Amino acid sequence: MLELRHRGGCPGPGEAVAPPPREGEAAGGDHETESTSDKETDIDDRYGDLDSRIDSDIPEIPPSSDRTPEILKKALSGLSSRWKNWWIRGILTLTMISLFFLIIYMGSFMLMLLVLGIQVKCFHEIITIGYRVYHSYDLPWFRTLSWYFLLCVNYFFYGETVADYFATFVQREEQLQFLIRYHRFISFALYLAGFCMFVLSLVKKHCRLQFYMFAWTHVTLLIIVTQSHLVIQSLFEGMIWFLLPISSVICNDITAYLFGFFFGRTPLIKLSPKKTWEGFIGGFFSTVVFGFIAAYVLSKYQYFVCPVEYRSDVNSFVTECEPSELFQLRNYSLPPFLKAVLRQERVSLYPFQIHSIALSTFASLIGPFGGFFASGFKRAFKIKDFANTIPGHGGIMDRFDCQYLMATFVHVYIASFIRGPNPSKVLQQLLVLQPEHQLNIYKTLKIHLIEKGILQPALKV
Amino acid sequence: MTELRQRVAHEPDAPPEDKESESEAKVDGETASDSESRTESAPPPVSADDTPEVLNRALSNLSSRWKNWWVRGILTLAMIAFFFIIIYLGPMVLMIIVMCVQIKCFHEIITIGYNVYHSYDLPWFRTLSWYFLLCVNYFFYGETVTDYFFTLVQREEPLRILSKYHRFISFTLYLIGFCMFVLSLVKKHYRLQFYMFGWTHVTLLIVVTQSHLVIHNLFEGMIWFIVPISCVICNDIMAYMFGFFFGRTPLIKLSPKKTWEGFIGGFFATVVFGLLLSYVMSGYRCFVCPVEYNNDTNSFTVDCEPSDLFRLQEYNIPGVIQSVIGWKTVRMYPFQIHSIALSTFASLIGPFGGFFASGFKRAFKIKDFANTIPGHGGIMDRFDCQYLMATFVNVYIASFIRGPNPSKLIQQFLTLRPDQQLHIFNTLQSHLIDKGMLTSATEDE
Repeated sequence: MLELRHRGGCPGPGEAVAPPPREGEAAGGDHETESTSDKETDIDDRYGDLDSRIDSDIPEIPPSSDRTPEILKKALSGLSSRWKNWWIRGILTLTMISLFFLIIYMGSFMLMLLVLGIQVKCFHEIITIGYRVYHSYDLPWFRTLSWYFLLCVNYFFYGETVADYFATFVQREEQLQFLIRYHRFISFALYLAGFCMFVLSLVKKHCRLQFYMFAWTHVTLLIIVTQSHLVIQSLFEGMIWFLLPISSVICNDITAYLFGFFFGRTPLIKLSPKKTWEGFIGGFFSTVVFGFIAAYVLSKYQYFVCPVEYRSDVNSFVTECEPSELFQLRNYSLPPFLKAVLRQERVSLYPFQIHSIALSTFASLIGPFGGFFASGFKRAFKIKDFANTIPGHGGIMDRFDCQYLMATFVHVYIASFIRGPNPSKVLQQLLVLQPEHQLNIYKTLKIHLIEKGILQPALKV
Repeated sequence: MTELRQRVAHEPDAPPEDKESESEAKVDGETASDSESRTESAPPPVSADDTPEVLNRALSNLSSRWKNWWVRGILTLAMIAFFFIIIYLGPMVLMIIVMCVQIKCFHEIITIGYNVYHSYDLPWFRTLSWYFLLCVNYFFYGETVTDYFFTLVQREEPLRILSKYHRFISFTLYLIGFCMFVLSLVKKHYRLQFYMFGWTHVTLLIVVTQSHLVIHNLFEGMIWFIVPISCVICNDIMAYMFGFFFGRTPLIKLSPKKTWEGFIGGFFATVVFGLLLSYVMSGYRCFVCPVEYNNDTNSFTVDCEPSDLFRLQEYNIPGVIQSVIGWKTVRMYPFQIHSIALSTFASLIGPFGGFFASGFKRAFKIKDFANTIPGHGGIMDRFDCQYLMATFVNVYIASFIRGPNPSKLIQQFLTLRPDQQLHIFNTLQSHLIDKGMLTSATEDE
């Protein structure tokens, strides 16, 4: 919330331009033609006009204070402003990448927490923008309600995840059993309580504002929370399904920028004037190559390739398994034209590398649309960055805007092409049935398995 | 669409204030969710009256207030009769009706959005909204069809491929719409376009998901569809009657015509109504059985052995009621106990859906969602209390009634890998032995 107080209050120490003292009121006053009667007109009418005006009437929000740490500032004080900016961005990029590696080393559980932390911060950033756009800081109930809804939806999704993946763990604890069995009902009841509080909190003057914030909260939840849970589900398939897509998007960002910087000439889209066709195409090819190589490197290690499982004997999460066929080297015979180029008859590849081409292609071709969407959003609401969390880069949302479509795509890809139904989920549902049903199913299964030769009839397993 | 063209024709020259009074002028008469500010302003001039000529002539003698009552009454009876006819026609027709209601509700809400944001001159966006509706419906219908008509789907080759890659196809279709949206962003209208995008998505979330939950409930058995909807309608009518005759203390500032007497009276009346209705309906197989697809006859059937819920049982009446009624035991269907829960929800929480819609109308200064039904307003006006109910019934069934479907589980099991199948089999075996359902001796069968 720090940057808000800066914007609303006194100028920060490094500020060249002092922001207007009460930025919210001033912005509201700008497009009221009858500026004297601001307070007396119905607030809803004021925002009714606000909605329908074209964008140029809405004033810019002035740039916020500089959050670069003092150390960096001193170290770079010699350089000119443009290079200084470059260096800050570069150092922060390296810092973020090393942080990423560190957390991967620490394991999947830490990754889950990281994803949760990022989700909460992104939610906070977008909601803050909504508040500023609608000047609704004086609806204190609503902040509570937004966070409450975030909690409910997270509870619902995490409960589904835990129930699906950790069936054996859950079976043992009695209280967890109860929570899992009635999970949907409990989540729905919690959501309803929030809904009823919203309805009871409707105030006559601010009806429209409150509905806007309600819708804003829900769309944000839809975008951010569902995506982050799809990311976590992909993570549980195996860390490689988490690492490769994210790295492909990051690589595409960086290489498109570099190609655009050196060779860029033809603009790509009016929405983001700095993007060029050369950057787009160059980024595409480099991302595919990068994905191919990264897949080759990562497929070797069990740590990345195995699904995360809960082992009851060890009482912890392990990633140890027999790698599936996707991650075992196979010989492929090359099509003729590649044969002539590479002068090799066959090549041994992991089948996963073929999939990585599909993932990288999506990351380079469709991922940027997520970025354009975010650019359009920022332009629509006249903000330069989502927030000022990372110096030189903007907010967390700025870094993750291309990732959103990617997360859904990976999940859908896995569900359609890779994985069959989840065995723990089937087991979980089996264990919930009535005992007579279980017995019937047991007999049916036994007959089926014996027929297929998977189970030997004479052996007692 | 006639009322839309009338509104649009006035838009370019009229500033927002005029538009508001014009939308006031569009309504005829009062509705249950009136706002008191309307009565303070001048009585609305005679508007574009959608009442059929027949009714107009028949009621031309009566005064305006009674005429309104009669119009509402006749339309109510017409709607209820229509409801009965559709129930008679069977689950397939019901499904189609639910879909039509959903499309009309979507249309009404999107139209309000257009009017609020004056975005009728963004023609791309109308196409995109309808396209998104189509995508989401395709996704949900695909999931329903795959779940419930597994064997039918497996037989037909093209259907099998569509269902195997269903999620991927739906996602691709949605992505195309998303990319079209991004490419259609026009410099001057960014904010408007984002607002309409958000508006469309929230509408989809509310209207489309609920209608599919209704269809899921329908497939559990028509009684799970009919009893909740009737309870909500009954609560509406009963609360109105009680409020009319006994109403004194206002309930909530948002809807000044609602009263505590109406609320409580409606609650008790609805619970009693629910009990009676479930007693009547539980006797018939066609209401009680899940809708199934019969492979041999290639049609939908509702024929089964009624489950425990729908078999009469003896209950001992607790002592306190025994002295009042004078009976020791009573024969009831267990479903009637569940119907008490459903009616309670319909009377206590259902109205919050109505308050939400009232707040929405007040926020955007409209009197009714549309003018489809004379005397009542739009389709959304009739269905606003139903939304929470549909989700509640679905969650209730999933949590308390139905376990997972055994045959569906077997299907899923058969698609797993052999080692996974073996693992599950062993776990199930040890679980059953623990529970004492299996002994090691019976393994030899």
